[in-house]
Amino acid sequence: MSKSHEAASRARDKPAALGPDVDTGTYSRQTKSWSPCPISNLPGDVLNRAFEVGVVPEEKSRSATYFQVDHSVISKAVRSVFEDKVEIMSTKEALNKYSWFKDYWWRLISVDTDKYTALAELRWDQGYFVRILEDQKVTIPVQSCLFVSTENLNQNVHNVIIAEPGSEAQLITGCAVHPNVHRGLHVGVSEFYVKEDASLTFTMTHGWAQGFETRPRSAALIEDNAAFVSNYMCFKPVKSLQMYPVAYCKGENSRVSFNSLLYGSGTSYIDIGSKVVLQNKGSRGEVVARAIATDNAQICARGFLQGEHGGSKAHLECRGLLLSDKAMIYAVPELVAKAQGADLSHEAAVGKIAEEQIQYLMARGFSEEEAEALIVRGFMDVSIFGLPKELENEIQKIVDITAERAL
Amino acid sequence: MAENILELKNLSVEVAGKRILEDINLDIPRGEVHVLFGPNGSGKSSLIMAILGFPSYRVTSGEIRFKGTDITRLPVDERVKLGIGVAFQNPPAIRGVKLGGIISHWLHDKKEVDRLAERVKFQKEFLERDVNLGFSGGEIKKSEVLQVLAQGADLVILDEPDSGVDVENLQLVGKVINEMLKGRSALIITHLGHILHHVDADRAHVLIEATLACSGEPVKILSQILNEGYGWCMKCPKVMKLRQEQETSQRP
Repeated sequence: MSKSHEAASRARDKPAALGPDVDTGTYSRQTKSWSPCPISNLPGDVLNRAFEVGVVPEEKSRSATYFQVDHSVISKAVRSVFEDKVEIMSTKEALNKYSWFKDYWWRLISVDTDKYTALAELRWDQGYFVRILEDQKVTIPVQSCLFVSTENLNQNVHNVIIAEPGSEAQLITGCAVHPNVHRGLHVGVSEFYVKEDASLTFTMTHGWAQGFETRPRSAALIEDNAAFVSNYMCFKPVKSLQMYPVAYCKGENSRVSFNSLLYGSGTSYIDIGSKVVLQNKGSRGEVVARAIATDNAQICARGFLQGEHGGSKAHLECRGLLLSDKAMIYAVPELVAKAQGADLSHEAAVGKIAEEQIQYLMARGFSEEEAEALIVRGFMDVSIFGLPKELENEIQKIVDITAERAL
Repeated sequence: MAENILELKNLSVEVAGKRILEDINLDIPRGEVHVLFGPNGSGKSSLIMAILGFPSYRVTSGEIRFKGTDITRLPVDERVKLGIGVAFQNPPAIRGVKLGGIISHWLHDKKEVDRLAERVKFQKEFLERDVNLGFSGGEIKKSEVLQVLAQGADLVILDEPDSGVDVENLQLVGKVINEMLKGRSALIITHLGHILHHVDADRAHVLIEATLACSGEPVKILSQILNEGYGWCMKCPKVMKLRQEQETSQRP
């Protein structure tokens, strides 16, 4: 038995530090196997749900695609013009193919962090490996989709993303469930390596169901002059979602930016944060969170900045909008300075829509409902993600569709 | 005689049970520009809110007629659609709501929007920005004028267009307002009256302690205020009578 397997076995019942405890044993491991196929051949209801989380079936608008349904890899394709720029495959295949791959496996996240990381080791259901090759600029986004099609299923994926030195890429990831799936558990471990002078933007959208539980566990290592942007959106209800990704700005002038847009509805319990650890001269971090809570939703928006070098700087911003008296938003900003000269700051504001803002828009001819919708939609402005215009428009469309339904 | 675009008849208004406007009578004939003077706290901005119909401004008696129609009970957006446009003094900043997005509610043709922005000497880049967020005093004035122009309002109400603007920008804002008012009716609210150096007004009114104390020629009234201050208006018999009535009603 490997060391990580042993550690996982010891942690199989270890509760997480945050979030409600999930009885993992109540979820099934049984599912049918899916055969590989072009994603455009997938059933319409799967494609529709995937589309809602940013995954498109048209090959020309993506450079590479990974698509996993339940425990089966459906597609792992790179467009021919990008074959010398990007690699994409399942992490199982990568472990068999590359002897060096194990150096990136459970390196940033401890396998015994909690019962969910343990589950990802003990009951591992693949996940994607994306590698942007050295000095390659991948001008069209790479996409991946982790899809659950079976009711009450437990899906545990482990992903590894490597941006080799001098590379640049955009990665879109969508996690979604079939319309017939109401309950399930998804555990996703993701390790990001952004090497010297590389730039990686990761945009993830979650589209779960009211009875679904999810526990992502992510970490990023950013080297000299490298930049990592992690964008996250969750607009659909979920039973419970807890994650607290961390980025280690290890290199000189390394930069990280975490941006989240959250819309909590129904009885959703969402506990999301972003941690930035600044470890070198000139390292920079920014955390921006926008949270909207309606119905009986509870959102905990955390942020943690740690300055370990005197020449580092980071800022944390959290804004929350409460649309119901039964909902709750809890903003928890934390700053830890471990070196003189580390410049850390935060601002947080939580409240309902200001009456004067509604009145102002009504004085411009909008009805009260239209004014509220405009403000809520504006609150979910994807321009905070800093994406290229075309991709930003694409993501904004997803937000608009979701916002329209939600409002 | 020109038809009145706005008529306030015996209008009294309360906010949270407190009387803030008392028996206001005001007619603005179509095509005329009227000025409303008054000290801080006299109820000038409240009058705008009442004309617009914000729910917290409760009309307790009297009526508001616009283009001959009683709009006293109409919701705000419907009044605005009938042709009332307000340029606010201190509009709120709204994150994520683009100025261009608000304008496109009225004008769908982007070229037309750009043309209007040019007319008010407003940089087009501002259309992509969150409305009023980080705008300077002058930019706010121009943004407000631009929005009212886009609305194509028949009655333009300007709340303190001369406040919070430096001398250079005031000239520019004055020119823009003058240009905007061509062929329109207007009610300009001002505390200091600087805007009258740039805008030709037909008639002025003075609002003191929640009521209209007097009306007359704008230049005459302004020079009287500049010479003697609003203390002169406080001696007005109408204001004194109202104050006496209020004191009597408040006695146990």
